[in-house]
Amino acid sequence: MILNEELKKLSKLARIEISEEELGGLGKDINSILDYIGQITQINPSTTELYSGYGAGADKNLRNVMREDENPHEGGEFSDDLLNEAPNKENKYVKVKKIL
Amino acid sequence: MKFQMPKNIKEAHKHLIDGDFSSEELTKECLKIIKEKNKNINAYLEVFEKSALKQADEADKKIKEGNCTELTGIPLAIKDNILIKGKKVSAGSKILEGYTATYDATVIEKLKNAGAVFLGRTNMDEFAMGSSTETSAFGVTRNPLDTERVPGGSSGGSASAVAMNSCLGALGSDTAGSIRQPSSFCGLVGLKPTYGSVSRNGLIALGSSLDVIGPIAKTVSDVEIIFNIIKGKDELDSTSISQNHKISKSQNQEEKTIGVPSFVNEIDGLDNFTKNNFNESVKKLEKLGYKIKEISLPNIKYAVPAYYIFLPAEASANLARFDGVRYGLHENGKNGIDDYFKTRGAGFGKEVRRRIIIGTYVLSAGYYDAYYNKAQTVRELIKKDFEEAFKEVDAIITPTTTGPAFKIGEKINDPIKMYLEDIFTGPANHAGLPAISIPSNKKPDGNFESGLPLGLQIIASHTREDVLFEISKNFLGEK
Repeated sequence: MILNEELKKLSKLARIEISEEELGGLGKDINSILDYIGQITQINPSTTELYSGYGAGADKNLRNVMREDENPHEGGEFSDDLLNEAPNKENKYVKVKKIL
Repeated sequence: MKFQMPKNIKEAHKHLIDGDFSSEELTKECLKIIKEKNKNINAYLEVFEKSALKQADEADKKIKEGNCTELTGIPLAIKDNILIKGKKVSAGSKILEGYTATYDATVIEKLKNAGAVFLGRTNMDEFAMGSSTETSAFGVTRNPLDTERVPGGSSGGSASAVAMNSCLGALGSDTAGSIRQPSSFCGLVGLKPTYGSVSRNGLIALGSSLDVIGPIAKTVSDVEIIFNIIKGKDELDSTSISQNHKISKSQNQEEKTIGVPSFVNEIDGLDNFTKNNFNESVKKLEKLGYKIKEISLPNIKYAVPAYYIFLPAEASANLARFDGVRYGLHENGKNGIDDYFKTRGAGFGKEVRRRIIIGTYVLSAGYYDAYYNKAQTVRELIKKDFEEAFKEVDAIITPTTTGPAFKIGEKINDPIKMYLEDIFTGPANHAGLPAISIPSNKKPDGNFESGLPLGLQIIASHTREDVLFEISKNFLGEK
């Protein structure tokens, strides 16, 4: 069961503004979802089955896909297209509020 | 003379080659139908009238030169989460309103090279989170077969666009059923390819370990044509694979065995109409010469709850990029970090917020082992269940959904009910398997028994789309 205080903390971690009025309804939905997905915390797979992450002992079919760091594109080739999408910009920079 | 809309891609291709009509005429007819019907259906969020006619003109030149593919001059609709350079793309979300794609998705590049025509971008659940197209920030899409009902989702716009005869095929994306479920609700054929067989480059991500792009069309052959053009390894998607294995033609259908999972008949909420129709389908396949074998997939009952743990986890990470700095919506706050809160608070809809919060919760210290790792364990167990099953059978069948298309508003206020829409379709995504949905109650006259369409889902082992196509064609009597 998640209380409003914890919900506020989670929304802060997720950087989403949630109004006081919305907290109640959202909390109700989230608690019913957690109740439902919580059924899998009840299962007890044997330790050999327990997921151990994609590290040692994980699926042997998984491997990293690498490429050589070479043949870069022309500098500035995509800059204008990308900058045109930024909500705020100045010259060749994306503009944000001061952080200091 | 009144233009007669061709029934499918194969037929249209033949007419284009024979010179019975041009791609321009065909495209104009599609645009006309969109103008007539889209106001009511809301399948398209934007129609690319000008560029579509230009593409059609180019296609006509290619056809005259004899330099064409089966998709040259064929009008298609594209889901609003696939990037087309210079076109707006929003993933059904306010947070991307006004955003213009700066590059082509790999599938778009492939379709452009094949000479296809893009009619417009189609509505979807916001960031593909939903099974009814009701969570879109741009209004609900209606099912053309019954406008009181949903077309399914999240690729509901794409399915409706095909079902209302406004295009000959469409692209969707499938993370837990988003191609197959709307195809089932609209009486169409929809393919979720093997994970990695189609590049995800240029697809707006939901759950990167599950997402795959695939086709929706009217026939199995049409779906096969589109799939063959869009598939392939792509260096811009490191999870993509090539399908270069040889398929032995000697294996005929008499030798194929189809597995029927025992859990199908134990599902609560499977309506009688669907249950009977499924059992009829099993009998039909038996008559066609396939061996039927009951199989057990013991861990499949945990598939949906596990999915709604690891999917929100992946989604919350993928959606962290939408911060109002580099593209999309920007809402002004008191300072830099407040900009993020305001932008994300205003830009994301209800279901997206829910899933981001759940994802944040299950990934936080203290809950990670209890939820996320447990869910990943379940995913591994389900993969193993399928591996075991495919030692004994060539394909597995289930209904695509627990019932036909539901009414608009029926499930939108109950997230769990909506999540249970994935009960038959989700497991194939867990394991990365190819799966197809085909209409299972279509009568020879094109109507559906008892009114609304139902779907039969067929699942095969990795890269065996050929098995799906063969069984589907035999089932539907397609040559």
